[in-house]
Amino acid sequence: MNVLVCVKRVPATGAKIPLTEDGTDVDTRHLGFTIGPHEECAVEEAVRIVERSGGSTTVLTVGPPEADEQLRYALSMGADHGVLVETGPGETDAQATATAITAAIRELESDAGRFDLIMFGTESADAGNYQVGIRVAHALGRPIVGGVKGIDLDQEAGRATFRRPVGDGVEVYQAPLPSAVAVKEGLNLPRYPSIKGRLRAKKTQLRTIRPELAAGGLRKVRLRPPPEAERETVVLGRGAEAAGRVVDVLEDLGVV
Amino acid sequence: MLLTLIETGDGALTAASAGAVARAHALAGELGVPVAAVTFAASEDLTSDLAKHGVGTAYVLDHELLAEYSPERWGEALAALLRQLEPAGVLAPASDESTEVMAQAAARTGLPLATNCVTVTPGEPWTLTRQRVGGVLLEDAELHAPVKLVTLAPGGADTTPPDPADGEIEVVTCRPDLDEGMVHTELVDRTAGDTGVTLATAKVVVSGGRGVGSAEGFATLEQLAELIGGAVGCSRVATNNGWRPHTNQVGLTGTKISPDLYIACGISGATQHWVGCMDAKTILAINTDDQAPMVTRAAYAVIGDVHEVLPAVIEEVKRRAG
Repeated sequence: MNVLVCVKRVPATGAKIPLTEDGTDVDTRHLGFTIGPHEECAVEEAVRIVERSGGSTTVLTVGPPEADEQLRYALSMGADHGVLVETGPGETDAQATATAITAAIRELESDAGRFDLIMFGTESADAGNYQVGIRVAHALGRPIVGGVKGIDLDQEAGRATFRRPVGDGVEVYQAPLPSAVAVKEGLNLPRYPSIKGRLRAKKTQLRTIRPELAAGGLRKVRLRPPPEAERETVVLGRGAEAAGRVVDVLEDLGVV
Repeated sequence: MLLTLIETGDGALTAASAGAVARAHALAGELGVPVAAVTFAASEDLTSDLAKHGVGTAYVLDHELLAEYSPERWGEALAALLRQLEPAGVLAPASDESTEVMAQAAARTGLPLATNCVTVTPGEPWTLTRQRVGGVLLEDAELHAPVKLVTLAPGGADTTPPDPADGEIEVVTCRPDLDEGMVHTELVDRTAGDTGVTLATAKVVVSGGRGVGSAEGFATLEQLAELIGGAVGCSRVATNNGWRPHTNQVGLTGTKISPDLYIACGISGATQHWVGCMDAKTILAINTDDQAPMVTRAAYAVIGDVHEVLPAVIEEVKRRAG
């Protein structure tokens, strides 16, 4: 199986999200970056698929040159190849991102053959547009379903089975290979990279593709925090001695 | 015309769809266009519900290939209707399924799609505010498109129809031109889950994070949850450490909940977690750090170690119950 995983570099935010002075972007000067949680699970799944059935895992990201950090993290988890679809420092909208990824995949596939499975996160952890994977899959003529937390591949039958939780139940989907899929965290528990993996990732040569970007119709004007109600916290006490007042509150709320 | 993508539950209009129709009315008034509905499932209950909500025309997408949900087939059917009707816009609830269908239709028509919007103002372009990062960040944006595709974040609008009409509704059945050989994913099975107290619907959730310390540490949380009829939740730290299954995770990449009471035990309250529990009516935080964001944002707090506080609370609940 040859698997492609598309990951996004997102700021690792704490309790507050700092914004730039003009409010057009997240102020990332003092923030670290990470792979979106959904996509980290996608990388783990791809590596497991390749460990089981052979082939290779390629990881791709659209972002500034610094996004090589996220590619190398995925490589240290066990991915084989990394592709940076390089953009400027600003945010790329969903349509432009999808067009850039589609063009990059066409280039990769014309060089090394078709990917059996192309994986995305269902939505990015920051912009949350819920559409890049679907746009790419449609452009490439691949089936795709989102919100997936279980994947079985049957290479002989040329078929993928995807499970996604819906409410309290589960829906099971089938799609012909080659396919695409958009996953969610909970698909698996991603591994921590080994020392060996980190060393290998450092040495791996990344491929860089510089796409032409055409802006889509949804244009960001500014970001702002939602108005938050100022709240006085009532401290009920310290340690075990607070138990009486806690149960008073539970009684007031009708919980006990 | 302004279209609303309608979801049905047990054959009737869902609250989320009723909300979308109400917001469509407000928008359509400013645009000077009528409100119409599009649905994949026709029933008398549904059309009479739609009529009561002031919808003049309901387009029913009817085809044997649409009988079971398929993202690609449903998306293509909606895209075909958009090409035919060229509405000013389409509003849909931001549920997983409607978002998926809207994104498929957007991909197939080459239109932009604005997801999780909280306000929408018509004009050229439309201006809107959408949620990012689960709602802890808002984005003001412009939507430039011949047909505006928008999904609406839950809440934020009245679901009562503007004037309870018992008006006429015209039902137009459309048979989209679908190719049976079109590449698609197919729904092959659907299993119902257990019907007990679930994280998503529980009135009380007892949730633990880093401060719980271990998988075994959750035993006290389970005990309290059982005592007060609640469900157990956890933070991403607890899931990633393998202390709890991912199905217990509250947060941006887990479950978003809105219980009456959320008891956050040893959870600092990073954004990732906060967006999952911020809609709780009341939050009680138990934490050793009195400056933790979860403590400063909670209605009530106890400063202390979870493993000292919870056993004492459990004892006290039992004592009062006699």
